[in-house]
Amino acid sequence: MARRAAVRTVQRRARGPVPQAKVPIRVKINGVEYSHEVEPRLLLVHYIRDVVGLTGTHIGCDTSNCGACTVLMKGTWGNEWRAVKSCTLYAVQADGAEIITIEGLAKNGELHPLQKAFWEHHALQCGYCTPGMILAALGFLKLNPNPTREEIRKGISGNLCRCTGYVNIVKAIEAAAKEIREKGSWI
Amino acid sequence: MAVTKLFGARVKRKEDPRLITGKGRYTANLNFPGTLYVHFVRSRVAHARIRSVDVSRALKVDGVVAVLTGEDLMDGLGMIPTAWQIPGSDLRTTPYRPVAVDKVRYVGDPYAVVVARSPYAAADAAELVRADLEPLPAVVDPEKAVQPGAPQLYDEVPNNTAFVWRASGGDVDEAFARAEVVVKQRMVNTRLQPTAMETRAAVATYDRFSDRFTLYVTSQNPHVHRLLLSLITGIPEHKLRVISADVGGGFGSKIHVYGPEAVVLHLARKFEVPIKWVETREENFLSTIHGRDHVQYVEAAALRSGKVLGLKVRSYANMGAYLSTAAPGIPTILFGPMLSGPYEIGAVSVEVIGALTNTAPVDAYRGAGRPEATYVLERVMDLVAREIGKDPADVRALNFVPKEKFPYQAKPIGITYDSGDYITAFRKALELAEYRKWREEQEKARRKGRLIGIGISSYVEICGMGPSAAVRATGFGLGLWDSAVVRVHPSGKVTVYTGGHPHGQGEETTFAQIVADKLGVPIEDVEVVHGDTDAIPFGMGTYGSRTTPVAGGAIALACNRVLEKARKIAAHMLEVREEDLVFERGRFYVREAPEKQKTIQEVAYAAYGAGANELPPGLEPGLEATVFYDPPNFTFPFGTHVAVVEVDPETGAVKVLRYVAVDDCGNQINPMIVEGQIHGGIAQGLAQALYEWAVYDENGNLLTSTLNDYLVPTACEVPDIVTDHTVTPSPHNPLGVKGIGEAGTIAATPALVNAVLDALSHLGVKHIDMPLWPERVLRAIKGAKSG
Repeated sequence: MARRAAVRTVQRRARGPVPQAKVPIRVKINGVEYSHEVEPRLLLVHYIRDVVGLTGTHIGCDTSNCGACTVLMKGTWGNEWRAVKSCTLYAVQADGAEIITIEGLAKNGELHPLQKAFWEHHALQCGYCTPGMILAALGFLKLNPNPTREEIRKGISGNLCRCTGYVNIVKAIEAAAKEIREKGSWI
Repeated sequence: MAVTKLFGARVKRKEDPRLITGKGRYTANLNFPGTLYVHFVRSRVAHARIRSVDVSRALKVDGVVAVLTGEDLMDGLGMIPTAWQIPGSDLRTTPYRPVAVDKVRYVGDPYAVVVARSPYAAADAAELVRADLEPLPAVVDPEKAVQPGAPQLYDEVPNNTAFVWRASGGDVDEAFARAEVVVKQRMVNTRLQPTAMETRAAVATYDRFSDRFTLYVTSQNPHVHRLLLSLITGIPEHKLRVISADVGGGFGSKIHVYGPEAVVLHLARKFEVPIKWVETREENFLSTIHGRDHVQYVEAAALRSGKVLGLKVRSYANMGAYLSTAAPGIPTILFGPMLSGPYEIGAVSVEVIGALTNTAPVDAYRGAGRPEATYVLERVMDLVAREIGKDPADVRALNFVPKEKFPYQAKPIGITYDSGDYITAFRKALELAEYRKWREEQEKARRKGRLIGIGISSYVEICGMGPSAAVRATGFGLGLWDSAVVRVHPSGKVTVYTGGHPHGQGEETTFAQIVADKLGVPIEDVEVVHGDTDAIPFGMGTYGSRTTPVAGGAIALACNRVLEKARKIAAHMLEVREEDLVFERGRFYVREAPEKQKTIQEVAYAAYGAGANELPPGLEPGLEATVFYDPPNFTFPFGTHVAVVEVDPETGAVKVLRYVAVDDCGNQINPMIVEGQIHGGIAQGLAQALYEWAVYDENGNLLTSTLNDYLVPTACEVPDIVTDHTVTPSPHNPLGVKGIGEAGTIAATPALVNAVLDALSHLGVKHIDMPLWPERVLRAIKGAKSG
């Protein structure tokens, strides 16, 4: 019975793709305006990586669990910056939006407080989750500038890290939050 | 070696600036002009005969260049070899093709590959490849697979039994005859999905001008990949360059050689354009190796005092559908010899049955064999303590190998532990964890109906692999030495080429610390190069906590050799005898006239200038050294971890209240990095105890093929961790280091399981198999109450 079901699955998957006409979009990423024609089904993360060429935004899953693709975005649902998983959006949904990726975080050669804190506190090992983790943390700190450790843990629970056990990530975000508060500027 | 300024310092990592700014050089980031993308068509059934594969509809998809079946690829691609052929075990290797021909043997087994101008087109077309598959019965359980009458994966492997490996040391029968108590337990060491955050990827290019291939790949060991891929593809080793720049975690899963990496090379040869493949997470879970998956039967003989006399272990190790690169050695060579752990146990016998099943191949995953051994042993220690009504801490203290007995030959095979002081690390951990206080808390809590448990796990692990003679005797395909080149340039800057291939472990920093200290140059002047087979001598790569002891040892010895030559040059320049010179902080000076001196930079310039007043007659120009270091023994880090947990009696949920780790990895080069390795290791060990489990249903469908289903812990599940250490240097290692990459994973799992079972001990719960999900814990509580 189960075996037959499996065979049916093989057959069910044999459907044709539906190629669609390309759509023009304009997106501002890290302060630079881009305009491209994209397939409507192109994921935002693929647009950022493969069309624009900003490969600091990573892909770690195909179910929106890992958060490696997290970027900051505003302009599509109001004028607030929010951390979004760029694999959960199509590029066409970012038409008219502004985006900050990891490449846009350091200003004039000076690292962002979160970048500094991640380095200082050894909050990364392989570095693969790091860009998404930093941007998720930034989006979270925007909403909660003075969090407890428990709140930080919850705040980044949409992002997976396999190397650090999160211990030093939590410390780094705590330290960066303090610096951001003192500086009075989160970005 | 003298501990100077940088050795032992918490130096910030040199690799971080690129990684925190989005400039990581991960394989999937590469996009060459004219690239063709591949997508593998993978079996959705666990076991089937391939009657035919129809690629006609797929070929019609816009942008598709070719669709090739396993049969098409037989011309050009050979079998994937099994590189650890354990002797004396009647090992049956399996025909393991890069792309399946005739039969698929697990869900995810690739049987065709689409080549297209875009990754989307390749994925589209893959959906349209139709296979006429004749389903066959499947078997996923290692115990059932080796029973007569089970579905057979291979005609040439009767009863799916890939090997039966045995080892025995001491008089086991006598130990059990003398026993006052015998404890027996069946335990399952669960199957795990390694889950590096970066999935595998490969980009192959062919350069017509030089007639050479380059493979950019997610690898823990680029030279080993070059050798094995050369065997599979027939591309000669010297025509193939393997580059593995930044790698987003491996945990063992990127040691092994898989089909797709060979296929992209073959397609680059066929089409003479760059070929790119990036694994999806689903593919990663389906077909990148899994780890562990033992069913273990253990019997322990002990005295009423708590002294353990002997162990008998039988383990059914699930090997999956094919014998992966190192697979046979993991549940045998890296498991059996470590079964007496840190304890003086006089007699141990072990039998491991390697079972082929319709599941993904199983191979080395962080710890690889040692977590399975430590789990058996640490559960046994608690079971013995329970049986005789003693505190599990006291039972361990009674059984530790005493400090005076090192080097110590451990049963069953007499492997020689280099150094250790187990009781000291153990006492330190208990003290830091406030063990006695928590025992009192536990009593108080119990009176109020609260369930608090304290779990201890003491371990010793084998790493620093290894002496090549010993490793080769176990059937490993190559020795396990490692290489280093320390090259001092004319300006005094230094490039270090290492055969290790760190991918998160931070050796670009720790190795620079070693060299900066040894040569007395600023750490900024040292660059560590790894992961490019054209740049560095053959190296064995990074796994098994071996990089710092072995590749680091090679670097230390290469520095010594550079300094020997530099001393000759300095003596010549200063017109004194070599023995009149003192080398300190990058300067050679004359002992009796310290103002007469030459810096290492001046010496380097002279070495390349090679003038009469610069080089002594007969000495070659240049200042560099190449070392292949084959260690005289393995290294044996150890420690004790203590976990305190609270179990919710209503829901079965487990909360970690305190976690203490005291580890001894010998000298620490960079304690910040050591702690990071321990944190991450513990998170993975904790994950096995409480959350993660790779589950197949009886038909061989992987039920945990997404991160929705496979429970990798988030920041909410990993507690704060208290770390501390003792320092017992390895007496034979040039740096006195032992390795720390896997210790946390090895220790954490039994610490947490023991803690949960300790919380339930007064209810009569003896054992629960992992993962200790609330439902399982609750069932055990209810079962104990009703029973």
